[in-house]
Amino acid sequence: MSLKRVASVVRKEVREFRRNRFVIGTMAVLPFIFLITPMITIFKIPASASGPQVKAAVGVISLLMLIIPIAIPPVIAAYSVVGERDQGTLEPVLTAPVRASELLLGKAVAAFLPSVAIAYAIYLVVLISVRFGAAHVVSSVVFHPPELLAQILFTPLLALWSIWVGIGISTRASDVRVAQQLATVASLPLLGFTSLISFQIIKPSVPIAIAVALALLAADIAAWRVDSRLFDRERLVTGHRRTDASPRDEGAARRSI
Amino acid sequence: MGGPWFRRRQVGLGWRPIRWQGWLVTVLAVGLAASALTLLHGSSVRVPIVILIVAVYAAVALTTGGARRVEVAAPEDQPTDDEAEIGVGGVEQRLALRALSSGRVSTSSPDEPALVVEHLTKRFGERVAVDDVSFGVAAGEVFGFLGPNGAGKTTTVRMLATLIAPTSGTARVAGLLLNPANGVDIRKRIAVMTENPGLYLRLTVAENLEFFAGLYELAQPKARIGQALAAVNLADRANDLCGSLSKGLRQRVALARALLSDPAILFLDEPTSGLDPIASREVHELIDGLRERGVTVFLTTHRLEEAERLCDRVAILNTSLRTVGRPDELRDRLFTKSLVVRTLAPLASPDAVFAVAGVDGWRADDTASYVLTVSDARVAAPAVTRALVADGADVLSLAEAQHSLEDVYLELIDNEAGAES
Repeated sequence: MSLKRVASVVRKEVREFRRNRFVIGTMAVLPFIFLITPMITIFKIPASASGPQVKAAVGVISLLMLIIPIAIPPVIAAYSVVGERDQGTLEPVLTAPVRASELLLGKAVAAFLPSVAIAYAIYLVVLISVRFGAAHVVSSVVFHPPELLAQILFTPLLALWSIWVGIGISTRASDVRVAQQLATVASLPLLGFTSLISFQIIKPSVPIAIAVALALLAADIAAWRVDSRLFDRERLVTGHRRTDASPRDEGAARRSI
Repeated sequence: MGGPWFRRRQVGLGWRPIRWQGWLVTVLAVGLAASALTLLHGSSVRVPIVILIVAVYAAVALTTGGARRVEVAAPEDQPTDDEAEIGVGGVEQRLALRALSSGRVSTSSPDEPALVVEHLTKRFGERVAVDDVSFGVAAGEVFGFLGPNGAGKTTTVRMLATLIAPTSGTARVAGLLLNPANGVDIRKRIAVMTENPGLYLRLTVAENLEFFAGLYELAQPKARIGQALAAVNLADRANDLCGSLSKGLRQRVALARALLSDPAILFLDEPTSGLDPIASREVHELIDGLRERGVTVFLTTHRLEEAERLCDRVAILNTSLRTVGRPDELRDRLFTKSLVVRTLAPLASPDAVFAVAGVDGWRADDTASYVLTVSDARVAAPAVTRALVADGADVLSLAEAQHSLEDVYLELIDNEAGAES
């Protein structure tokens, strides 16, 4: 694993995002729009509101905060491999001495940075708005330390999972549009998990948050390895599956030989 | 989408605001962080919120920041006397090439062939793309790979470049056995210029090369980018967006990218496709220069005159290998030697005139033109000349028939197509 090669991929991807700022801009707009109604609901909650009423309203906001890192990155991630293939830039890259695992990690990091930045930025806006605009009863629920910790830890880990799902689909899809649609659909099951946390069916405590975060981290690392194995140079270059025991990734080959 | 708000520092790490938007974001970030520290005094969320503010600030700086221009170093060298005779563009190219290849570490013995291919076969399902191909390429040789569309040329290159795996057969590429475990090491020693340049059109020329310099983990990437661009006469276009370049210029950027890593074997797939005659000549000079520097060039081309001009040996492929050899060897192998005689008027008795030593047979090519099959033109030509003069013929010309590589190619490929139909 060469971090220099990974950094090179990240730098190139970020440069491309910066040259096409609509990609990031459009990613950020929708979550802000979806945030408007729940925020208004929160601001309308009176100081005398009951605990369940406050928790329900805050739960919607929390759910949205966890949906953002799941929903934003698939579009970029799903484009990452099949998009390059479609624009003809993948083959020269594959002739360079970069391993599949390095290439995919670089692409994942590049998709991760703007996604998590946007998710955190929106969360920051929510926190500041609640702190200065909402009733104290709402503020005390939102600023409950275990909930904050869960949000801060889960946001990047859920984003990363969503990115690996998107990249995995991108390595196997034949068309950019199909890849993006499939990646969005494939991210949906995570909604169940985020709902359990947001509506406190799984009540977040510091140990639970850390345990779930570790489990997510392990899942993310496993997904990276799986995606690297799914990466089939021959299929990407020719559209045909490998017909023999050639490697999808040299690292995998070394292990198997 | 506007200019950059932030710019990377020339020295040291980090980004600095250079526009009012950048300063506004910076002031906002400082203000928010100070407010958070003040307003949330005593709260456990104070620290995470400040971290978030810093993270968002960094993200904004990164996404709106303009990269420092990639400084491209000019090659520092003086031309030799021979190089000075080539001309201005040629000298610059040669100097850049010399600088590019000055640090090459020998990857194998000079006596060892650069490429050894044995019984290489590739099937896609039921379709056979390459069938039992065997050949060798010596180190420093310019080897032409010719064949009609769909003949398997690109598939062969892709197999040798470890992009796709052969169905059967073996190969040694730059001294390494073609197998999965050697994939990265083989790719470090070779470079492939694909027919489609495959450039990132939103990035500049230098940024495209910088990306690949990173993938090859090159030391002193800026200097090498400068040398590679000078080698293709594009040093002054380093900061142009690739999307703004013509097809020919993109092709040259792709060539610079292939030269960047100073490969032991350079695979060039149609390198002059889309280039004007002057740019094509520059590429030809570049290939000559690469040969002088000991780089093995594997040239796939449809331009037969290009192959004849550049290649030490050529292979003609049509799924299976039809022939391999030097162009003159192939001509001798395929065509009998012949003399072409043209006279002002038809000969009265050509049988008698051409019954001289060294002439094996003759046929009329036109009313007053004759093609003589000879075993040795140097013996037959004087005898035929004397016989024609003795017969009183008005000779317009007498010359040995020249066959081009194109004739060889058409003889092999057209005859095969005719036989199949």
